[in-house]
Amino acid sequence: MDWDALRVSLWLGAGTIAVLLPCGIWFGRLLAIRQFRGKSLVEALVTVPLVLPPTVLGFYLLVAFGARSPLGQAFQTLVGQSLPFSFQGLMLASAIANIPFVVQPIQRGFEAIPSDVRDAAACCGLTPWQRFLRIEVPLAWPGILTAAILTFAHTLGEFGVVLMVGGNLPGQTRTLSVAIYDRMQAFDDRSAGIMAATLLVIAVATLMLTTTLSRQVSPRRG
Amino acid sequence: MPRRALRSLVFVAIVIVAFWAGVAAQRPPTIAAAANLNFALNEIKDRFVRERGTPVEIVFGASGTLTRQIQDGAPFELFLAADEAFTSRLTVAGLTRDAGVVYALGRLVVFAPRGSPLTVDPRLDGLARLVKAGKGALPGGGKFAIANPDVAPYGEAAEAVLQKHGLWDDLRPQLVLGDSIAQAAQFATTGNAIGGLLAYSLVVGPGFAQRGTYALIPDSDHLPLRQRMVLLKRASPTATQFYNYLQGQTAREIFRKNGYGVPPVAEPR
Repeated sequence: MDWDALRVSLWLGAGTIAVLLPCGIWFGRLLAIRQFRGKSLVEALVTVPLVLPPTVLGFYLLVAFGARSPLGQAFQTLVGQSLPFSFQGLMLASAIANIPFVVQPIQRGFEAIPSDVRDAAACCGLTPWQRFLRIEVPLAWPGILTAAILTFAHTLGEFGVVLMVGGNLPGQTRTLSVAIYDRMQAFDDRSAGIMAATLLVIAVATLMLTTTLSRQVSPRRG
Repeated sequence: MPRRALRSLVFVAIVIVAFWAGVAAQRPPTIAAAANLNFALNEIKDRFVRERGTPVEIVFGASGTLTRQIQDGAPFELFLAADEAFTSRLTVAGLTRDAGVVYALGRLVVFAPRGSPLTVDPRLDGLARLVKAGKGALPGGGKFAIANPDVAPYGEAAEAVLQKHGLWDDLRPQLVLGDSIAQAAQFATTGNAIGGLLAYSLVVGPGFAQRGTYALIPDSDHLPLRQRMVLLKRASPTATQFYNYLQGQTAREIFRKNGYGVPPVAEPR
């Protein structure tokens, strides 16, 4: 069992949620309540990572931020570290890959709130922030929760983009799913088996958690 | 609940930032190594760590893949390739300290897992018989494993051997290409292929004896696998020490034991 890899995986999952959830709530809500020109194009763009092969994302990230690209060199000078083959780069890739998993459930969550509720809250003299935090977020909570859990589960299972952008560096970019591949190649089937079983258990547990939580939370939606 | 959630989100964000600063700071030097070195290099690394007390991390992969990653900025400090072409590419790109040294000479074997219809011999007569009997196809729709010639020098050598024996064209649809020689070995030893052209250093490794039979391919059948290593510009003192250790008596002994030829004395640059 590669504990380092488990740690990287869990951190990557948590980090992706931390980065993506606030943006997702803002953007999902925007898509739910606003109508604007080109909305279907925006919605399509948000969904694209769902159908895009991870290698496409990996390719563009490497080309854009690799040590040989001007952008990558500028980033290196500014931050003192390169983006590919680092945990930060992995988190960026993972955030992009997870956009649809965050935005879509949250958008559905906010869409389910009747506009009367929002108007009533405004009439009661609640400020927009109060309205958002006390009325909208609690009502959209099942969607937000689903978004967080899906993102976490999906990040744990990410493989192609991690291998391409991360490069299998122990303790930094070697996630559990990459470690399984690495152990297989090293003829260490036993470790690979243990780690595969771990991921399976985590995946099942996460999905069970989603079902249980959404059952508990949904009556409040009324 | 959302309030609490928001607060915990902020907390998570702070922890991440703190972790961000801490991660990568204190890592042992990372070494990129061609996949054929899997057993030998781990053995040498263990000896090195025991003797010097300083840890090093090794990442194995196909030489081509690792070269590409180094060019794109991967933080490796030392690179042990399976040939000289990939290291010289890095040297030309100005990423290495110098041209490095040849540390080992690789050999190719033809391997057949237990229960395979393939009989192994240095001239690949057994393979040629199977190909001829099946008019190109292998028994039971079987596959033959080599490493991807584009990214793995052992794959390139395997292609040369098959070409030399006139088997390449017929066998091509039946080839299964490993990302690295280690993956090709994985295909062949697990019985998912009827055999393969693998690195000698992998089949003499632990646990391989009972997995199948092999025969050494004459090294005149392909371009020599002169395995060169280079220190990269960012190499730390520990990486440099390991580089020197790899040229020492202990390491040479381990390389030899693992089926490599070793250069007479560490070859001049």
